[in-house]
Amino acid sequence: MRELMLGAVAYDAKVVPIWDGFRAWFSKRGLPFDYMLFTSYERQVDAHLRGDLDVAWNSPLAWLQAAALAAKHGRTARAIAMRDTDRDLASVILVRADSPIHALGDLRNKRVGVGAGDSPQATLIPLGALAEADVVVEPVRHDVLVGKHGDHIGGERIAVKALLAGEVDAACIIDGNRLAFANDGTLPAGATRVLHHTGAYDHCNMTVLDNAPAEPIAKLTELLLGMDYADPEVRPLLDMEGLIRWLPGRTSGYALLERAVKRFGTIDAWLAAR
Amino acid sequence: MAGGAVTIDLELGDLGLDEGAQLLIKRALASASEVRVRGTSPTLAVDLPAWCRARGHVFRDGVIARGAADRTPGAERAGSIERAVDDPPARWGLAARGALVEAGAPELELALSHKADVWADEAARLYAQAAAAQWDPATAVPWDAPVTHPPEVEDAIVQIMTYLIENETAALLVPVRFLGKLHPHFREVMQLLAIQAADEARHIEVFTRRAKLRRDELGLSTAGGQTSLATLFDEPDFAVASFLLAVLGEGSFLALLWFIRDHAPDVCTREVARLAAQDEARHVAFGLAHLARHAALDPGLLDRLAAAIERRHAALAHTSGLNELVFDALALLAAGSWGPADLRRGHAAVVALAAEMDAGRRARLARLGFAPDAAERLSSLHTRNFM
Repeated sequence: MRELMLGAVAYDAKVVPIWDGFRAWFSKRGLPFDYMLFTSYERQVDAHLRGDLDVAWNSPLAWLQAAALAAKHGRTARAIAMRDTDRDLASVILVRADSPIHALGDLRNKRVGVGAGDSPQATLIPLGALAEADVVVEPVRHDVLVGKHGDHIGGERIAVKALLAGEVDAACIIDGNRLAFANDGTLPAGATRVLHHTGAYDHCNMTVLDNAPAEPIAKLTELLLGMDYADPEVRPLLDMEGLIRWLPGRTSGYALLERAVKRFGTIDAWLAAR
Repeated sequence: MAGGAVTIDLELGDLGLDEGAQLLIKRALASASEVRVRGTSPTLAVDLPAWCRARGHVFRDGVIARGAADRTPGAERAGSIERAVDDPPARWGLAARGALVEAGAPELELALSHKADVWADEAARLYAQAAAAQWDPATAVPWDAPVTHPPEVEDAIVQIMTYLIENETAALLVPVRFLGKLHPHFREVMQLLAIQAADEARHIEVFTRRAKLRRDELGLSTAGGQTSLATLFDEPDFAVASFLLAVLGEGSFLALLWFIRDHAPDVCTREVARLAAQDEARHVAFGLAHLARHAALDPGLLDRLAAAIERRHAALAHTSGLNELVFDALALLAAGSWGPADLRRGHAAVVALAAEMDAGRRARLARLGFAPDAAERLSSLHTRNFM
């Protein structure tokens, strides 16, 4: 079987041990596998369309970019797998507990702290929700590692700190980070209220294009879906990557992001240039 | 409800998942595969799905279905609390002996991981004794006791303290270097080496404090003395280092400390020597115990130890041996004055000390299994620096 090449974005140093670990685990099970790391999802999508990669571990925005770029060139993209933790996420808009803001409309013309400009969860989806409610706000971006599509949670943490410091009137973060920030002391219990809870959306997926090599892709999918958290060799990798089990890919969970990206023209110039 | 699933109800009241509610949920999930959660925390609806998602539980319509995330498959017990195994694997790492160790933990580089190399059944008892016998340098020594001896005798005491401090520094650092390589599974040995280091730290403190009682400066540290200690410091083999340091070095030091206890002119010096000797006796006892056990299991050990003495003797042959200042200081300490009769007595006492040290070394070598003639020869090759 020919070697399968995966692309991943180096949003954190742990990306190397994760994929080194997966590489060794796949190789032992008969799948020759290697990976390339990219500094941004945009470079990864370009490489994928160029044919350098067989499969790309894509953010939700990168999935939309890959699908759009593929379509532009008469190609198709599909998702073969995703983490259990990639399904049915939600973002929240937080305000200070004592804030006079009690409805989305109260945020009109207010300063809203968001994450990096390309973060689906901390910027595009919550700002999309506000726009769909006809609430025009002043977004205050916290651009940490642009190109990583918000994979680095630093921007969300800064947005929350800005909210607590009174520098913004609201902050947008992913639901899981609300608990994470509460537990690490960033977000004192009772200091904030959840003003809005967005609809559910999906996060990353393993993207392949229509010309992907069938046999190794089938093998990769089989191996991913067969990974067992009870296996002590694979468990540390799953812990690092943040999942309990891999699920089949689905693309039904990207509608919220797609609407926001269309509304804001997020990828228009990028797509036009390709 | 899924087939066979048990659903129980859990009422969280106003307790949020950012306030500890997860403990109640985990407790409920331990006894039921499905838990229907109710609560009034304003963030419950946001936190519950996120919390479940991250842990592999399925949350739907207010009910949590327990996921399959389990860290215990492949886990193993790191021996038992009470009994150390012969060869604990590196994967047990820093886990408490007897703990359930999750598979996949990093393997530590632990060179001392064979029970035969480090163990003594007496370690637990010696550790308990040491823990019970810890003394407070601030109160255990009568620091205000009068000092009435001549200034030259005080100079001699300061020189002896200078020598003791550098030797105790070696006695602290040598075991500590091995402590960092010892498999923590050998808990009692680890604890004993740690408390030995604490003993030596206190000895260094009281000897320094005694030297400073009447003087602002310490005495001479000789190149020969340091060369002798360096051969201990650089010794990579635990058994050899333990043999040279504990059995031969600290064993000889015991006689030296008793000598100071018996001959020092002031109560303060006598007391620091007495207290240090108490501790050193335990260090010697452990060294003897684990080496005797090791020698019984490894017939080649005694030859290696004998070779180590000879090697060290050859390495130190070019050095001047015991700091002459220390020898003279010990004689003057025992004499107590410059009177010829006193000096004769003091000198004779130091000569007798050397003989006593030699007798002690031969006795300890015999306890390890050396024949009398070998013990006599090896004792004579021991460093003239005492330690």
